[in-house]
Amino acid sequence: MESLSTKEKTSKDCNGDSVFENVVRAPDVPVYAVMVAYSKDPSPVKLNLGIGVYRTEDGKPHVLNVVRRVEKLLLDDVSATKEYLPITGMAEFNKLSAQLVFGADSPAIKENRVTTVQCLAGCGSLRTGADFLAKHYHQHTVYLSQPTYGNHPNFFLAAGLTLKTYRYYDPITRGLDFQGMLDDLGSAPSGAIVLFQVCSHNPTGVDPTLHQWEQIRQLVRSKGLLPFFDNAYQGIVSGSLDMDAQSVRMFVTDGGECLVAHSYSKIMGLYGERVGALSIVCKTADVASRVESQLKLVIRPMYSNPPIHGAAIVTAILKDREMFDEWTVELKAMINRIIHLRQQLLDALRDRGTPGDWSHITKQVGMYTFSGLNAEQVAFMAEEYHIYMSSDGRINMAGLSAKTVPYLADAIHSAVTRIV
Amino acid sequence: MASTMLSLASTTPSASLSTQEILKGKARLGSGRVGTLLNKEKGNPFIKAKSFGRISMTAAVNVSRFEGVAMAPPDPILGVSEAFRADTDVKKLNLGVGAYRTEELQPYVLDVVKKAENLMLERGENKEYLAIEGLAAFNKATAELLFGADNPVIKQQRVATVQGLSGTGSLRLAAAFIERYFPGAQVLISSPTWGNHKNIFNDARVPWSEYRYYDPKTVGLDFEGMISDIKAAPDGSFVLLHGCAHNPTGIDPTPEQWEKICDVIQEKNHIPFFDVAYQGFASGSLDADASSVRLFAARGMELFIAQSYSKNLGLYAERIGAINVVCSSADAAARVKSQLKRIARPMYSNPPVHGARIVANVVGDPALFNEWKAEMEMMAGRIKNVRQKLFDSLSAKDKSGKDWSFILKQIGMFSFTGLNKTQSENMTNKWHVYLTKDGRISLAGLSLAKCEYLADAIIDSYHNVS
Repeated sequence: MESLSTKEKTSKDCNGDSVFENVVRAPDVPVYAVMVAYSKDPSPVKLNLGIGVYRTEDGKPHVLNVVRRVEKLLLDDVSATKEYLPITGMAEFNKLSAQLVFGADSPAIKENRVTTVQCLAGCGSLRTGADFLAKHYHQHTVYLSQPTYGNHPNFFLAAGLTLKTYRYYDPITRGLDFQGMLDDLGSAPSGAIVLFQVCSHNPTGVDPTLHQWEQIRQLVRSKGLLPFFDNAYQGIVSGSLDMDAQSVRMFVTDGGECLVAHSYSKIMGLYGERVGALSIVCKTADVASRVESQLKLVIRPMYSNPPIHGAAIVTAILKDREMFDEWTVELKAMINRIIHLRQQLLDALRDRGTPGDWSHITKQVGMYTFSGLNAEQVAFMAEEYHIYMSSDGRINMAGLSAKTVPYLADAIHSAVTRIV
Repeated sequence: MASTMLSLASTTPSASLSTQEILKGKARLGSGRVGTLLNKEKGNPFIKAKSFGRISMTAAVNVSRFEGVAMAPPDPILGVSEAFRADTDVKKLNLGVGAYRTEELQPYVLDVVKKAENLMLERGENKEYLAIEGLAAFNKATAELLFGADNPVIKQQRVATVQGLSGTGSLRLAAAFIERYFPGAQVLISSPTWGNHKNIFNDARVPWSEYRYYDPKTVGLDFEGMISDIKAAPDGSFVLLHGCAHNPTGIDPTPEQWEKICDVIQEKNHIPFFDVAYQGFASGSLDADASSVRLFAARGMELFIAQSYSKNLGLYAERIGAINVVCSSADAAARVKSQLKRIARPMYSNPPVHGARIVANVVGDPALFNEWKAEMEMMAGRIKNVRQKLFDSLSAKDKSGKDWSFILKQIGMFSFTGLNKTQSENMTNKWHVYLTKDGRISLAGLSLAKCEYLADAIIDSYHNVS
């Protein structure tokens, strides 16, 4: 009997053909490959400048003091439960997040024209927004800056949207190719989706000026393009949450529509908690309410409802004046450290007479420096100096310290003089 | 500060003539060099140039590009709790969502969970990103919990385990994997099944069909129908099975029936896909509740298993679970795992750390693990007591002679009462008892004190409403 022979099979005989025969091994994500290479490097002197997380002066992971305080309070709160959040997440978190991005007195918020739903950090917010647009928006082309954060294309491709790029980084000036950007956006089809970064552009560190943002805004509105903002570094450029959000706020003040993915990963050091939100600013409250109901249909079959822990931490900090202030003070300290490191690195290169113009190190803003080093130079620095960064030459400034700046400067000098 | 914006975005076919004229006029502006455009702003009838910082005023078409978006209906399960919250009647009872409640009908955070969280805080754990596949200690613990640490599939490294966002997220990863690597293959789901299963497969674009499961005549399992439908499906289909405590019916196959289900799945070269959301919560025993999964693994089959710690560790809102794929070789498992990661990355990059750490701490510490088992037995025990009390109340109050014993035979958090949609609505509208429209009640939301009231409601709805 057939059934008898099948019963005899044990896992030892795990028989023959696997149904997964045609499943090939996926390559490692490039930036993770850098991390793996770093951790495998046995050299006692090594630097990890590849990752996108903040490190202390001692090179250690950093949990903000105010976050620790809040976690203690949450644990001591006897009324706290772990009940399912609504599909759209914690209501208070959503409200406070919208205020953080758009400003508490934003007319769009007062008029109930903004729907904000808690999502899995910036990545989850981008994916949810992409899925929503794929279902409900007539234009399926998304314009990404050239270059952009490595994972950006994946969210939109997974949602079934088509990708195009707009010029952004000028390798000659190591600044913004503004005319190229305007030309490319100007020739985009009407209604196309355009992904912008609110500030601290990843990977280039190059942000448009406010004057340039205004011109971009006018172009976007005249072409009916749909702006989708990635807001992962609000507060990390200047230390002021309001200042850093000016770009996106322009696109709300003008009464138009936009999407915003916000993340607390970097700005509150909550990386692994996966906390963020997707906001969609609509023309009317009625539209916002319908849009929100449809966002639920995207989220429910993906993960049902979002995780509570990170949102509880963020909410506690944002709603308490004293903790909010403590947070901004810690944020400012983090940024100041980075700003000083930029200056130190520039000075060190000048001291060594390293060929080339390195002024972009202090002109670029936020966490990253787009060094301008090419792939060979990057590989050289890994081999000879055990300094790891992404192959596009992006350096995470937060991975440096005053002690290690000279070592990095030596390595850059060496790479630039020995490899052209 | 009302600003009117010209929008060239989607306009419906019924756009007004004036919009068309504006669109025609605007078309020229888009094609020219923007630099020139900006210089000519002052003379442009469509744009009144303002200095930086002030709002551009243009001719208005105030159409949202999302105007055509329809209002979605509320979620059939989660929407019940929303409706319950809005109800002001003191007698109201929430038997909608499957979240455990104490006898006082309060949410319950397990003691071991609080202990684990305290440990985590004392240790000063950091908040670095997890790997895409999640916390290694969690993945190890969860696979061992499911199969038993000594299981050959684990020793031979044949299980690809990836941390997922509870049961839903893990099911979704698997569904996306199936769509990519088994194009055209369908998933057979039980009739009925958990309401969100269909949504998950729909959004992942995996076709599905149903196999008979619930027999309303016996309020039990339609075993012949189930076997027959699984046999009739094309070879190589996926068969979605509930590991234990079937949701929504509470009706599980017996061990003998599981053997036969396994036989027919093997004959058809189907791929079993288990949803294990209640391990330990159904009977009170982690091992007993995993016996169906372990049976299939012991047969040398390749299978998928989605796990959730929402109920058994009360970690609902932490969203912690895993997708496990048992493969025929360690190499296959490594390849499958890498592809699951490729699906997770564009969804949310990497999963949340907090719930994973809690599970890893509880399972990894013998004292906490034992405490957990005791708390789980307590929760499962309370539900068994409530089942008994409800059965006793119904039997005592219902003079019709109807057999209510299915309540005792069913297992887990839920009971399929056999009430239809209209009768369920009566439960809510007249008695303020909230349940899902398929007649499913969550016994986890029922206290001994409320059993008699519920019995009255059920009897009334069953007999007096059609």
